[in-house]
Amino acid sequence: MEPVEGSHEHSDYIGAKIGMWLFLFTEVLLFGGLFLCYAVYRHRYAQDFHSAAHELNAVLGCVNTLVLLTSSLTMALAISALQKNRPGLSRFYLWATIGCAVIFLGIKYVEWGAKIHHGIYPGSEHLMANFNPGERLFFGLYFSMTGLHGLHVIIGGIVLLCVERIVAKLPRGEDPGESGTVTIIENAGLYWHLVDIIWVYLFPLYYLLT
Amino acid sequence: MTEETGKSFYETGRPGIRGWIFSTDHKRIGLLYLTSMLTFFTVGVCLGLTMRLQLMFPGHSIVPAHVYNSLYTLHGVIMIFLFVIPGLPAVFGNFMLPLMLGAEDVAFPRINLLSWWLFVTGAGLALLTIFFGGLPDTGWTFYAPYSIRSGQNVSLAVFAAFILGFSSILTGLNFVVTIHRLRAKGMGWFKMPLFAWGLYATGWIQILATPVVGITLLLILVERIFHIGLFDPTIGGDPVLYQHLFWIYSHPAVYIMILPAMGAISEIVPTFSRRTIFGYKMIAFSSMAIAIVGYLVWGHHMFTSGMSNTARAVFSLLTFLVAIPTAVKVFNWLATLYKGSIVLQTPLLFALSFIFLFSIGGFTGLIQGALSTDIHLHDTTFIVAHFHYTMFGGTGFAFFGALHYWFPKMFGRMYKEKPAKLGWLLMFLGFNFLYFPLFIAGFMGQPRRYYDYLPKFAVPNLVSTIGSWILVAGLIVLAVNLIRALRFGEKAPANPWKAATLEWETSSPPPLENFVEPPVVTQGPYDFVGKGLVKG
Ligand code: HEM
Repeated sequence: MEPVEGSHEHSDYIGAKIGMWLFLFTEVLLFGGLFLCYAVYRHRYAQDFHSAAHELNAVLGCVNTLVLLTSSLTMALAISALQKNRPGLSRFYLWATIGCAVIFLGIKYVEWGAKIHHGIYPGSEHLMANFNPGERLFFGLYFSMTGLHGLHVIIGGIVLLCVERIVAKLPRGEDPGESGTVTIIENAGLYWHLVDIIWVYLFPLYYLLT
Repeated sequence: MTEETGKSFYETGRPGIRGWIFSTDHKRIGLLYLTSMLTFFTVGVCLGLTMRLQLMFPGHSIVPAHVYNSLYTLHGVIMIFLFVIPGLPAVFGNFMLPLMLGAEDVAFPRINLLSWWLFVTGAGLALLTIFFGGLPDTGWTFYAPYSIRSGQNVSLAVFAAFILGFSSILTGLNFVVTIHRLRAKGMGWFKMPLFAWGLYATGWIQILATPVVGITLLLILVERIFHIGLFDPTIGGDPVLYQHLFWIYSHPAVYIMILPAMGAISEIVPTFSRRTIFGYKMIAFSSMAIAIVGYLVWGHHMFTSGMSNTARAVFSLLTFLVAIPTAVKVFNWLATLYKGSIVLQTPLLFALSFIFLFSIGGFTGLIQGALSTDIHLHDTTFIVAHFHYTMFGGTGFAFFGALHYWFPKMFGRMYKEKPAKLGWLLMFLGFNFLYFPLFIAGFMGQPRRYYDYLPKFAVPNLVSTIGSWILVAGLIVLAVNLIRALRFGEKAPANPWKAATLEWETSSPPPLENFVEPPVVTQGPYDFVGKGLVKG
């Protein structure tokens, strides 16, 4: 038979994993640039960063941290459920993870909304008139970093939705390890954990160091 | 050959344009990159010619000052982001890497296609600035705070560069995984061709450096829209921080440009001297060494931007260090040629001129790497000459050398040797006339990025402009010769140059699955005697 294009797409478990880890590496570096800015300006405006952090709501931040940590747990459970060939249970945990993502984004929305309501957002007159340079940068960085993180939560949520669809379409009785579905859910999980870990660093840097 | 092995990849797969732009075959993707990149290169060359025409005589004006600013910005953006950075990996890496490793394709064929689509999307966005909001005028470096204030459409341009960066990351990632996972049976790390080593080192830089510039350029965008203030001194930020973040990527990026080029030279030199490469391991390791040390030298772009003396001294020292692995390669190539049976064909001519031109570029780099001289030379046309010698004389010449070397494999046709040599000669002469005078003008103090200059710089500038015409004449001869060969060239045998690497063992052009039988490797990549290509 004549070779058909695409027929040589092979499923290489280790290759897929290396690729995913390398990709996560690039994500870390993407955020790395922002963390670098944070470090530089925190060093330069230590006092301003200190006082600006008082404006953030540590309780909401805490709740959000708990929500995301829980989502990591449900993600891990979803993976191990599929590894044990229990797609139904896996889908349940995937939905739980997606639910956590939605709650997280909801709380973030409330937080941002309150800040913006009080005139604390980049470029606002209030910020320029009543705050020190370091405090302005603090909020600038806060909005950029949590914004970029929020974007990752949204992307992660969409990825999980797609994975849920793939698991739902698994033919009955087929071993998910064979068809590469386990690789897919594992890689999606890795991405989700990365999104979590970044928050684990953002949280103390913005909310706790006051 | 083709009769024996069945159809080539041109004859299999979906017909029509969709068979190309939606193909996941690495060979087709390589050719997609080739056509799109050569198109952009042509545009870039035209912009360069226009600038040179403007600078032909002092006070001579064909374009106003602000248009000149946009010209060099667009020229820089096109040449850097659309030509030399994708450069050899995207074209020859895509086409040749799986062949050289004896694999059927890269590790992630669909991601490979995605990266080409990102590439054209980014390029399209960058060109959209012509119609919307005006061409950016910041220079390809997008330095803050001007890039934040400029009334031109810088936002779209930096977003385009961000997308292009993403495309580059995906290519690098794909190659690293391919090299780890898909080497043919028996091909240990040290039996890989050196081009693959070059791509491997490059892949790591693409993965590790590009995201940083990605976020930096996004920050310029965010800054323009929301006024975050990170790089804006009126709000509290520091523009010098932008320069640091920018060069943390963009210096390693120059090694993204040059390492694959060096890899291609390491293929061409042994093939045309019929001799195994001298110091294989040293060349392989020096690629990795360049990749690593290249991370630590970004500060040498900023000697005059305000840094502590200690930082400047350290950056200067590290800059000198990079020259060592580079020199290792040069000596190895020369030692390979020594006592070889040299066949002076077009690819070798390009390789030799690469060594010559890149050495000039490298040595003048050391002059700029020294603190005291750089203060004098910073932002003069000396720098313009230096980076054209490294990027164009280096990577550009390697690109054309690689094109002539792998042309028979890619298209299954032979080009004519004589016109190719003539084209090369014109290109080489024109190149030196075009850029060498700029070293002198820069040394005399002519600043770069100006649309006009003092009368005392008249002579070198006139020579330079005339040189640009000779160079372009050479490019035209080369182009016509190759395009002619596509239609009328003789059919190429599988191994026209008697090279010893794997890609020459399959037919020209290769079949869709690359090899009829998955190859098993027993000899080294440059074992001409063992493969019976040269008598022992
Ligand atoms: C026919 C070929 C070319 C000509 C005539 C040409 C000419 C020029 C000129 C006149 C400038 C502006 C100098 C100034 O006023 O500062 C320039 C800048 C530049 N060229 Fe070329 N060039 C050519 C090819 C290339 C190639 C092949 C590359 C890259 C591989 C390249 C990369 C650049 C870059 C990065 C800049 C700096 C842009 C900036 O200042 O932002 N050029 N070139």
